[in-house]
Amino acid sequence: MEIGLGHYLTVSAIVFTLGVLGIFLNRKNVIIILMSIEMMLLAVNLNLVAFSTYLHDLVGQIFAMIILTVAAAEAAIGLAILVVYFRNRGSIRVEDINMMKG
Amino acid sequence: MIVQGIAFYVFAALLVASGVMVISARNPVHSVLFLILAFFQAAGLCLLMGAEFIAMILVIVYVGAVAVLFLFVVMMLDINFRELRKGAMEALPLGALVGLILLAELAAVLGGWIVAPNVAAIAGAPTPAIDQVSNTQALGRLMYTQYVYLFQASGIVLLIAMIGAIVLTLRHRAGVRKQNIGAQISRRREEVVVIRKVTTGEGV
Repeated sequence: MEIGLGHYLTVSAIVFTLGVLGIFLNRKNVIIILMSIEMMLLAVNLNLVAFSTYLHDLVGQIFAMIILTVAAAEAAIGLAILVVYFRNRGSIRVEDINMMKG
Repeated sequence: MIVQGIAFYVFAALLVASGVMVISARNPVHSVLFLILAFFQAAGLCLLMGAEFIAMILVIVYVGAVAVLFLFVVMMLDINFRELRKGAMEALPLGALVGLILLAELAAVLGGWIVAPNVAAIAGAPTPAIDQVSNTQALGRLMYTQYVYLFQASGIVLLIAMIGAIVLTLRHRAGVRKQNIGAQISRRREEVVVIRKVTTGEGV
């Protein structure tokens, strides 16, 4: 059977939903939340590449590369913040992250 | 064609399964390893779609940089992960509800969606024929001409992220003696050198 655009979009929708579900399931663990965000960005990338192939338009792949860049930057900054936070507080529980409350 | 179908279903099933394991594994190290597996499957899907360059970049950037960074952080922080898992099952109904709603909405969008008939005419950059220009070459031709500013901007984003990560994690520890180049350069001869006349036979 022919593997078309719908198949790829279905897979990426499932992966995106898994990312959202991961944020809900691991509300206390910042590392898993960051990984879930990475999975959601991966799903978005799959979507863009699928549309790019289907419509024969290369701009989608350019967009996917830009999103990849931003995802890498976000992971680096997020993990740096995490390391600094752990050094100061000795914990990465999300509930403990309240130093900036007004 | 049948090989393509089999490959797609293998990659898709493994991608979804490893995604499930990422969010449900008890040990975060296992989560990271399943995340790496998921990235490899996504790269395989990109290869199937004909986006070779994106597939290779996925492997290099996501697996080689991002996931290994995650692995380093998970292994370096001494955290009691069992305690962090507590209460995960309480959030399951809400999370499942939100996930189901999201999936239903995405399915509705996917079901009711039709491609405009003149969409090929308004393509921003039509893909050249694969037997004339390879995917990587076509992407390079587009990225270094039409999208060069976007390319430079993403470089700046990466530079700022690098500087930010260094600034955030650089630690100033007390009691560490470092070279103070400014003080060294600004020393003057007359501040530090004293000329004494020493008489013979007496010493200083």
